[in-house]
Parts: sequence; C-alpha cells; structure tokens
Amino acid sequence: MSLLEVEDLSVRFDTDDGSVHAVDGLSLVLREGEVLGVVGESGCGKSVSFMALLGLLPETAVVTGRATFAGRELLGASSSELRRIRGREIAIVFQEPMTSLNPSFKIGSQIGEVLRRHLGLSNRAARARTIELLQLVRIPAPERRIDEYPHQLSGGMRQRVMIAMALACDPKILVADEPTTALDVTIQAGILDLMRDIRERLGTAIVLITHNLGVVADIADRVIVMYAGRKAEEAPVHELFASPQHPYTNGLLGAVPRPGPTLERRRLLEIPGRVPSLSEPPVACAFAPRCPRADELSRTAVPDLREVRPEHFVACFHPGPDENLAA
Amino acid sequence: MNGDGPVLEVVDLVKHFPGRSGQGAVHAVDGVSFTIGRGEMLGLVGESGSGKSTIANCVIRLVEPSAGTILLLGTDITHRSRRSMRPLRREMHIVFQDPYSSLDPRMTCGQIVGEPLSVQGIMRGKALEQRVADLFDRVGLRDELRFRYPHELSGGQRQRVGLARALAVEPALLVADEPVSALDVSVQASILNLLRDLQDELGFSCLFITHDLATVEYLCDRVAVMYLGQIVELAQTAELFAAPKHPYTQALLSAAVLPDPVAQRTRTRVVLEGDPPSPVEPPSGCRFRTRCPLEHRSAPESHDVDPPLIDVGRGHLVACHLVGPGRDAPSLLDPAELAR
Repeated sequence: MSLLEVEDLSVRFDTDDGSVHAVDGLSLVLREGEVLGVVGESGCGKSVSFMALLGLLPETAVVTGRATFAGRELLGASSSELRRIRGREIAIVFQEPMTSLNPSFKIGSQIGEVLRRHLGLSNRAARARTIELLQLVRIPAPERRIDEYPHQLSGGMRQRVMIAMALACDPKILVADEPTTALDVTIQAGILDLMRDIRERLGTAIVLITHNLGVVADIADRVIVMYAGRKAEEAPVHELFASPQHPYTNGLLGAVPRPGPTLERRRLLEIPGRVPSLSEPPVACAFAPRCPRADELSRTAVPDLREVRPEHFVACFHPGPDENLAA
Repeated sequence: MNGDGPVLEVVDLVKHFPGRSGQGAVHAVDGVSFTIGRGEMLGLVGESGSGKSTIANCVIRLVEPSAGTILLLGTDITHRSRRSMRPLRREMHIVFQDPYSSLDPRMTCGQIVGEPLSVQGIMRGKALEQRVADLFDRVGLRDELRFRYPHELSGGQRQRVGLARALAVEPALLVADEPVSALDVSVQASILNLLRDLQDELGFSCLFITHDLATVEYLCDRVAVMYLGQIVELAQTAELFAAPKHPYTQALLSAAVLPDPVAQRTRTRVVLEGDPPSPVEPPSGCRFRTRCPLEHRSAPESHDVDPPLIDVGRGHLVACHLVGPGRDAPSLLDPAELAR
C-alpha cells in the first residue's frame, strides 16, 4: 500500500539572475515499510524534492504538483498542519549531525522537546521515553548520555541522537538525507545496520537520499536515479544494478572503482562534460550533451518515462545496459 | 642526492599538537615509518583523526614534526628552514582536498599553474606561456581557461588546475591529500584516470591520502592503514585487500559498502563497537585494543605493550600481538574464532 504519492512535483527558484528549475515533473510512490533510495549528484534535485514536500524551502521557491500522504494533501497545506506532520508523522535526518543539533542544550532536552511538544508528555515521562529511544539507537550508557551536550559526543553518536529524535513520535516515514556521508566507514556500517533494524522492528518507511551507490546497494528496496531535476531511472535495487538502462546510471556505476582482484584493472568510466544549467525548462534530454548514445531525437525532444520491464522505468530514447560495464 | 634510493623516507615520525588548557597533547602521529620508491604510489588510508593528513603536512613541511626524520631523495629535510628548503621545493608538490580554497582567487588559472615555474626561476616569458599551455592540454583543460579565474571553473576543472600546478616543475614526489573527496562521483572518475595516466607518463612517486579504500585499490601499489596516529598494516595493495591481517584492517575492509547489492548483502561484516578513542589519551599498549573483537585473546599483553610493526613475510608489515611470521590473526569473519 502506498503511503506517500507524489505527482508531477516541480520546484522553481526565482532569483535575480533568472529562474532555476531545480525539480521538474517528479512523480514517485513510497510504500509502507520500504526503503526507497534516491540517488544523484549535487544539484540533481534529490534533497530539494523532499524539502519541498515537507514545506522546508524558503519563500522564493515556487512548488507545484500534488503530494498525498495518508489521504492528506501536503503541498499547499497550512504551516500549522505541516508542523504537525513534520516530526510526528514524517521525520527528517540531515547529513550534518554537528550543525543539526543545538550546541547549547543537552541532548535529553532536545529529544524531550519533541516528545513534550508533539505528544504532550510530562517532563518525567519524556525523560523515560528519551532513555528508551537512546537505547533503541544503541547509544551506550543512555542514562549518562542524556545529560551531555552535543560536543561531548562523536559524529556517529550525534547521528544516532538525530535518528533517535526523528523516531521520537514513531513516524511513518523517515527521510534520511545523506545520513552517513559525513561519517567514517566503520561508523557508517553501524548507522546502516541501525536503519535496517528500525525498518524491521518499527515498520518505518525510509527515504534514503544519497550519492553513494554502495549505501543504496546495501539497504534500498527500490531506487530512483535523478539527473538535472528529473527522474532518469527507477527500478527495484537488484534489477537496477544488474541491468541499468539509462546511460547516466550506467555512467555512475562505471565511475566508481570496484574492489576485487582484477589483474588488468579497467579504466573508470568517465562522464564527459558537466551538469547542465537549469535556467530553462528542458526542451531536449538533459543528459544528451554528455551521452554517448545521443542522437537527433534526444537533442530535440524530452524522453518520457517508459516501463521497460515490470517496475523498471527509464527516461531515455535508447535504453539498455552499457557493454563497457559488462564485467 | 641518490639515484636508486627511495624518493621519500619517513622514520619514526611523531607529531604532537599542544592540547587545550588543562588537557594533554594531541597525539596526531606517533612513530610512523615508511618509504616510497621511485615511481611508486603509496596509499595512506585511515578514518578521520587517524593522522594521515598530518603526515602529509609534515612531509611537505607545512607542519613542524615533534620528532623523527624525513628524507627527500636522501636529503634530510626534517628541520630545514624555508630558505634552505627552497631548492628542494621543486622535488615535491601537493594537491589538496578542497579545490575551492586551495587556489588563489586573485590569480588567473594560467598564472596559478605557471607560478611554481617562475618562482623557481625555471622559465619566463614566452617559454613559460608555452609550457603552461602544454600543461593545460595535458590535464585536459581547454586553452582559454588559462585566462579565467578559479571561481569561473567547476570543481573538477579546478582540481585539474591543482594537478597541473603541482606537476609543472616535474617533482619527484606528489602528495595528494584526498584529492577527489570533494567531487561528484562522475568527476572523481575522470580525475583518478588522469592521475593514473600522468603517473604512467611522468613516473613521479605519489603519497596518496584517502579514506576511500576502493580508490586506493584502484590507484596504489602499496597501502598503509592508519589507526590513531600509527600504521597498523602496510602491504602490497593486492595482498592487503585479498588477505588483510590486522583486525582493524579486516574490520575496515568489511565495513566498506560495495556498489553491488548481491555481493553487499551476502557478505559478512564486522561492526566495531564504540568510537575511536581520543588522540589526547590514546589507550596504553595496543591502541586498537579498546575496539578489537579479539582483545580477549591478546590481553594482557595488549594492555602493556605497544605492538611493533613487523615484517611477517615479503614486506607485509603488521602491528598486532596476534600476528607474526607464519602466524596470521584469526579471521574476524569466522564466528568460531571470535568465541574462542
């Protein structure tokens, strides 16, 4: 059953230097209890889309489209309605655990605030529940940690605190925006395990926004690949890695070094050129200037998303796996 | 200067930074030794705070070491003054992580690349201009970018400028400190390919510092793994990745995520408990013991004795009480071994 349905979401920023079409016609569905990976490089619109859904963008953003969450319309909801949904039903965890916590309050009072505000718990009940939450995210000695300030915790610990805070009201959706990017690999492994655990124990649906294909391979059920504000490809995770169709997805997969003993180490695939400016709505395939498969058609028309196999969608006139990738 | 000796030799390097008031010194680097041969790429991997960037900064003499010796082409440069360092400057260059802050915003990219040549008095005028144009071509930058300022370039282009500048004087040693970490994946690939091509062509040696294991495996001949200011394992790349010996290396390799859902979801992972200890008060004895899943098997020795980095065969160095010649540490991936 779908929990969140987004249709034709577009986000435009009007600036003094003209407009930026950050997201252009994005549609997606998030099902109950699933982990949806949203992948792409800087500026592809992956974070902005979800910020827009949660009403977290500045006034200058022009957001259009429809987004239904549990029967309610998110876009155009009043700010008090959104405040109730945010934190309580849809929670978000950001990349930088250092700056997302308030340095001048103890972590217990920061998590407690969420509980008092959204659930109306008493101080005493909030404290007891906070300790439970810290236990849930596997912070050792929670009775002691609850009275510490953010600077007394390591980066991995702070990210666990952020997740504990996000889970405080037992949300239906956890949006995690690059939750492990600032962390070391051994700490990242622990956070990924924790998210897996949360999904299994609490049934929380997770949107994982990341640029790291390894993280997606580890934990996502389905994956959306974004390029220049649009969805380039969407597929179940095994299908996407086994049979990538969009040349951009192929490029991303070929660009990361693969571990393993290879005597003749193949060169990394390069994607020539750079991301297009998003100042105009597209009139052609946005990837065409960098694409080895581009032709007249892709330079004059915008490809629609097509279902090439069950559940596997691609926005490309010439889809198919890249032979250079076949290992 | 020697002909066949190592390009860089670091012996027992120590760097302690003074701590904040009331605290002890930060033990950033504590007794690190390694060499880099001619045309060799050595990868230095480790997590944040392991001391890898401090080593880079000591090597290029941005930071004064507390103890130890650094030899560049056989010449002791450990405590050389800026002035006496100058003739040796052309033998080593660095590329930094952040291509936004490491290029002078008031110089054109052509001036930035040409600066080492003019400062060293190697070239000027027409010859300099020609050389800069060649370098731009070599690192894959359009010629007209010579007259642009850094802020007009993308991150990848800026990093190419940094590489061109570093290689302008054909140094014997290139120090690269996380040169692709700030870049997007597709741009990283082109910079890594370029670095490998340039190295093949020019034959410089390289100290490559990164937290990304896959990059090291792709690029380097040998790898040194650091933990809390010390090297815990050093070996040929293929050997280290195929058969890691130190428990920390085993954990590190198993924690890296693979861009392949089948492989990633079927592998056994070791998740280390806790966080790295503070470098202000590193644990006694073996520094990894507080997080080592095999601690119960190395104690009490590991509490008292700092395990030396020893050769366990064919230049494979390991610092662990459980590892010696002909004696491998138990595999952390084997639950039976952990329970013993």
